[in-house]
Amino acid sequence: MAQESSFAASSETHTPTPTKSVDQLKQIAAQVRRDIVRMVHAVNSGHPGGSLGCADLLVALYFKVMKHHPEPFDMNGVGQDLFFLSNGHISPVFYSVLARSGYFPVGELATFRKLNSRLQGHPATHEHLPGIRVASGSLGQGLSVAIGAAQAKKLNNDDRTVFVLMGDGELEEGQIWEAAMYAPHHKVDNLIAFVDRNGQQIDGPTEKIGGLGDLRAKFEAFNWRVLETDGNNLEKLLPTIEEAQSLLGQGQPIMVLMDTQMGFGVDYMMGTHKWHGTAPNDEQLEKALQQLMVEEAGDY
Amino acid sequence: MKDFPYTESKDTRSGFGAGLQELGKTNPNVVALCADLIGSLKMDAFIKDNPERFFQVGIAEANMMGLAAGLTIGGKIPFTGTFANFSTGRVYDQIRQSIAYSGKNVKICASHAGLTLGEDGATHQILEDIGMMKMLPHMTVINPCDYNQTKAATIAIADYEGPVYLRFGRPVVPNFTPADQTFEVGKGIVLNEGTDVSIFATGHLVWKAILAGKLLADKGINAEIINIHTIKPLDAQLILESARKTRCVVTAEEHQMNGGLGDSVAQLLAREEPLPLEMVAVNDSFGESGTPDQLMEKYGLNEAAIVAAVEKVMARRK
Repeated sequence: MAQESSFAASSETHTPTPTKSVDQLKQIAAQVRRDIVRMVHAVNSGHPGGSLGCADLLVALYFKVMKHHPEPFDMNGVGQDLFFLSNGHISPVFYSVLARSGYFPVGELATFRKLNSRLQGHPATHEHLPGIRVASGSLGQGLSVAIGAAQAKKLNNDDRTVFVLMGDGELEEGQIWEAAMYAPHHKVDNLIAFVDRNGQQIDGPTEKIGGLGDLRAKFEAFNWRVLETDGNNLEKLLPTIEEAQSLLGQGQPIMVLMDTQMGFGVDYMMGTHKWHGTAPNDEQLEKALQQLMVEEAGDY
Repeated sequence: MKDFPYTESKDTRSGFGAGLQELGKTNPNVVALCADLIGSLKMDAFIKDNPERFFQVGIAEANMMGLAAGLTIGGKIPFTGTFANFSTGRVYDQIRQSIAYSGKNVKICASHAGLTLGEDGATHQILEDIGMMKMLPHMTVINPCDYNQTKAATIAIADYEGPVYLRFGRPVVPNFTPADQTFEVGKGIVLNEGTDVSIFATGHLVWKAILAGKLLADKGINAEIINIHTIKPLDAQLILESARKTRCVVTAEEHQMNGGLGDSVAQLLAREEPLPLEMVAVNDSFGESGTPDQLMEKYGLNEAAIVAAVEKVMARRK
């Protein structure tokens, strides 16, 4: 299939460097979005909606913000910034960004969700895929793991930062609030958490299903430092992350509530929960790829 | 029947506390977490010596398991402490995904396992934990028998890479294991050599098996008694050697019959050496309030129950 071979044809990886311009990041994000729709189309399964919505954040982190060493991959990551994906179902964006930043060959994206692949439906360490530090998919567990990793950094006198991304529907899990209570109490101030506030979950809008309510007020009541931003606008997202970094080390963990659109970049996937866990067909894939073209992208 | 002299009785949880304290001195990577049960888990000494390496999590066991998984990323060796019930059933999915499937080097240390928790009753008397933990791929499951062995096991698992479930309890029991005995994960210990029946016991039932062995000796029955402190990985070689010699087997444990040591031994015998087997265990029932001794008698987990099981299995032997 032409769509699958595109991964192999596109062997370019982007070495992490703090000098990437916003335009360069946008190009990478477009490429990541093309990877996402190709990956879920190829196996007719997976979660494109949330993956597309979080592409800008993961690109910003892995190609601009984080200090990290893809090769050789070090599980302990001492001296590096770490990222944890709690809402593991958006694995396509995670895999694409890891591959494009040099953790494993881009061609391996074509094995997503297939038998004997390291790219499991949800991220796993069992197959030793570089870049993955804990399995996720069963929701609500990633914030606790990230806090533990942040506390290990403090014990190691390691001044780097731990980042974690959660879905908004995921906040319905009780463990999130156990962790939310713990982190400020223990002054875990080397942690920046993000909520992908796209307002959608599998069965419909979050406010109809779970009633998340005023997340800023909730996290502030738990004594988090809360910032809000547009997660699909790098001109706004990048300064917010910089602001979050400037607040580190002040006794509070940082929570960034990030407004996003599920399916961002593909018009027919936006503004609905319909594409949470549905793959596009051949015709829909072509339409999506056309919308995700930007000049100078390099792989087409 | 060999004699097993002991000078004092102690609780196995105190053995855990002593082992953890020693690890605090010898292994800088060891960290400890507790869910609001420091006194019950005997973690005070470690905390006093290493306040910066202890994390009070509060009554939030799911978060504790996730924190522990995260602490391994950076090279720490986390020991979590709470009751066995809250260490397993309450947090099964956290252990499954964030620890076992993720291959994290977390030591899940569980006190107040089984009926001998006593008066608190069935809400806290977990009898399914060995089964739940042994079903998880790559999880090691250890149930030591007394203070010295629990201390030795606690120290040993710090150097044993991978997730471990360490189960111990609340009551004071005879402390007969030599204090200098090395703990080898996965290696059973022959306490008494015999020819008539093999008794494989774990945890608090090891001492009951010794008591039963004396009663059996009085009846002219020479029982081989083996302490299977590690239920997974099971010491298949030792179990099969003994069973092939005696031709009949009794297992004894403070756990449900489903999923426990007896279940593991039954699987092994069925595959390798089908022989008569009787299991001394709780038979598909919850516990209740009472003193430990009352409960062990009522639910058939004492020396009399082991003797009865031996007589039954020997009658079945061909």
